[in-house]
Amino acid sequence: MPLDNAPDKRKFDVVGTRPLRPDGIDKVTGRAKFGADAVAPGMLVGRVLRSPHAHAKIRKIDTSKAEKLAGVKAVITRDDLPDHTKGDAGLRDIWINIMARDKALYEGHAVAAVAAVDAATARKALKLIKVDYEVLPHVTDVDEAMKPGAPVLHSHIFTDGVEPKPKKPSNVVRRYEFGHGDVEAGFKQADLIVERTFKTEATHQGYIEPHACLANVGPDGQGELWVCTQGHFMVRDTCARLLGMDISKLRVTASEIGGGFGGKTTVFIEPVALALSRKANRPVKVVMTREEVFKASGPTSSTSIDIKVGVKKDGRITAAEGTFRYQGGAFPGSPAEFGAMTSFACYDLENVKTVAYDVVTNRPKQAAYRAPGAPMAAFAVESVMEEIANKLGMAPIDFRIKNAAREGTKSSYGPTFGPIGLLATLQEAKKHPHFTAPLGKNQGRGMACGFWFNFGGQTCVTLNVTVDGTVTLSVGTPDIGGSRASMCLMAAEELGIPYDKVRAIVADTSSLGYNDVTDGSRVTFSTGMATIHAARAAIKKLCARAAQIWGIPEDAVTWEKGYAKPAGPNAGDFPPLSLADIAAQAGATGGPIAGHHEYSADGAGVSFATHIVDSEVDPETGFTRIVRYTVLQDAGKAVHPAYVEGQFQGGAAQGIGWALNEEYIYGKDGRLQNAGFLDYRIPVCSDLPMIDTVILEIPNPGHPYGVRGVGETSIVPPLAAIANSVSAAAGVRLTSLPMSPPRILAALEAQAKGK
Amino acid sequence: MSSVKVKTKINGDVVEYVCDAEETLLDVLRNRLGLTGAKEGCSTGDCGACSITLDGRLTCSCLVLGAEADGHEIGTIEGMAKGEELHPLQQKFLDHAALQCGICTPGFLIAAKALLDKNPNPTETEVRFGLAGNLCRCTGYDKIVRAVLDTAQDMRKTKRRA
Repeated sequence: MPLDNAPDKRKFDVVGTRPLRPDGIDKVTGRAKFGADAVAPGMLVGRVLRSPHAHAKIRKIDTSKAEKLAGVKAVITRDDLPDHTKGDAGLRDIWINIMARDKALYEGHAVAAVAAVDAATARKALKLIKVDYEVLPHVTDVDEAMKPGAPVLHSHIFTDGVEPKPKKPSNVVRRYEFGHGDVEAGFKQADLIVERTFKTEATHQGYIEPHACLANVGPDGQGELWVCTQGHFMVRDTCARLLGMDISKLRVTASEIGGGFGGKTTVFIEPVALALSRKANRPVKVVMTREEVFKASGPTSSTSIDIKVGVKKDGRITAAEGTFRYQGGAFPGSPAEFGAMTSFACYDLENVKTVAYDVVTNRPKQAAYRAPGAPMAAFAVESVMEEIANKLGMAPIDFRIKNAAREGTKSSYGPTFGPIGLLATLQEAKKHPHFTAPLGKNQGRGMACGFWFNFGGQTCVTLNVTVDGTVTLSVGTPDIGGSRASMCLMAAEELGIPYDKVRAIVADTSSLGYNDVTDGSRVTFSTGMATIHAARAAIKKLCARAAQIWGIPEDAVTWEKGYAKPAGPNAGDFPPLSLADIAAQAGATGGPIAGHHEYSADGAGVSFATHIVDSEVDPETGFTRIVRYTVLQDAGKAVHPAYVEGQFQGGAAQGIGWALNEEYIYGKDGRLQNAGFLDYRIPVCSDLPMIDTVILEIPNPGHPYGVRGVGETSIVPPLAAIANSVSAAAGVRLTSLPMSPPRILAALEAQAKGK
Repeated sequence: MSSVKVKTKINGDVVEYVCDAEETLLDVLRNRLGLTGAKEGCSTGDCGACSITLDGRLTCSCLVLGAEADGHEIGTIEGMAKGEELHPLQQKFLDHAALQCGICTPGFLIAAKALLDKNPNPTETEVRFGLAGNLCRCTGYDKIVRAVLDTAQDMRKTKRRA
């Protein structure tokens, strides 16, 4: 049996079909249990007091009145969360983020928490906590935060990655640089250079389910946590370390998760709930309000980007350069680095240089948002590419095809690409009916390409064969978009049994080995590959049992579409044994039959997409309507095509929101002015057209079936594609997101005035 | 805090409960009655995850007080299937893969049923505006709209045959 990772050339029996998802009935009947749906006997309600100031010293916190309120069972402050971080800088940031220490670093920063018998009592108790603040100057804009003289958030941040190392602390955490060749020489060869500056506002992942958890810790140091998260092992390890608990004694169960998109890849309320529970010695449920989600979870970065591209008259790019300034809220870790790395990944460049700056500001600490850092970079780069193609009088798609990265291209971030699908998406785009469809009045068409790395990571899967020949599959990666269905498909494919004979669950942290977070578009790739290998391990055992039953050597048995068979005429003449036949005799032939696989998955395949968008801009109001949208993306192999399409469509829709409406709006006081779904408007059903999808399958050599991640790449092109489309429709280049009506009108007016 | 005694009908059954005057109907359904199919996404009536029907009318249960339900009939997602038989909308949502995470699904199903009850033959635009009070962040709405249009078509055929 081949165990190498060369994509199978075979035809698939169940992979690539569209069966109903195993969690479907629960989700259409309201039975599915999400984060806030759990209860426990004697449960208390936990709530968090948050800083009203963007930046303030916390001189004193007086909780005495709150503690005396009837029904209050625990009050915690920074004093209840001593430092267990043992020099781990990343953990230390999380520790300070979940409960402010000497300073509140953003509006919404937690400063205290209470657990009480009900929500009303908890709310009342919060009002009784007196916090003595000394308000400090604040900064929320990335460019302002980088200026000399800006209010400095942390006295320990001295910009890394610059020589000589600065003597004074600043908000610039680190400088990154990527690229190859000689951009100065490249620009000298250029016939035409376009240079532009872009700005994008911070957006929120906008998952509909607020963060929620139910914590239960006893005085013996043992605990349980029910939580909506993209990674319950990460939650376990982080919380245990923050609270000084043994990791093995905290059992975390992942609830059904109501959206994450990267925003649920860290902890916010979970350690607070555990600390409250420990102090009260009662179960405590904490659920964020929507306002808290906006102010105190992890939105994405706002950015400021410069792009410079030079070309020859024939359309060949001679040099490309970009500077990426990303603020990531009050702590290091903005995805500036990923912005720089992904920015020019779609292009085959001789000379390229990207520089990124990770900047802190008085905003909530950013968290991942779907292809973190890449959409903004693509917006800037793809806007310039479209403009340069137009100036050359070349069709933008032909310009991109001419300069597209392909197999063997040294990527702008270092590695050399293997087989990749960018050209395929461009060629399919050119053939697509959308590409040549007529446009109406005030309409424009734009396109853009996008890239994302995709990720592998630590993964552990257990597959158990039950006595009736059906199979249970335990995975450790929370299912955020139908992955249990995909896992069942891959297990069924390997074992040669029907899809509905496999049941997948997301096992808790005490039932399975460690799994990295569901992120980096890694689950169908990594957990899928672990599932395939676990199934193959089980098949090996099934074959051994058949050999035992037949009295022939193990290597004389082969597995074919669900049956053990003698490997050839010399092995003997026995009727095939089905998986169910062998399973029924497991007790008599050596006991339970299971397959495991534990590994750190390598070989994630990068993926590319091309998006085409038609938009219509009302020149009187500046209002934009998306008229038509097509996504073409390489999936490697679409295991469950309906959910692959869903990822394509969802990414496009989020991109439409980011491009046109969504933004964090801060007042001069450093407070968020639109912390609700009315004023932070994500696209609704009537805002969008149908989103057409084309799935391309250029196999990833790193996966047995050729699977690539699909979840993130789909949000990379939309900002740029829509900007190109809107710019074409409005007749003026838009360089700031969101392209809200006031911004479009301002651009039109500026153009009319000849500015 | 004053308590209120309420008598109502939920999914056809008489239900009596006592709630605080300030408590929303959503909190009553979820925390007192164990009907957690309605979700709290925003508590301001912007996301529709808490959608129910109140005397047949589509309503955000986070915008109604528990006390206000007295004497009225409530419909929730838990009452949508009849025994083993899913409502056609529930089945079509599964068939079309019209859900990813599923947190918004109960609200969408309630809203879609309310739409089809009023308008059994909606256009795509009517479906889109009929569902504009419900936020979905995963799907881009494409498959949801298709599921609702497909359900409407099937239900009209079934009705014609009946």
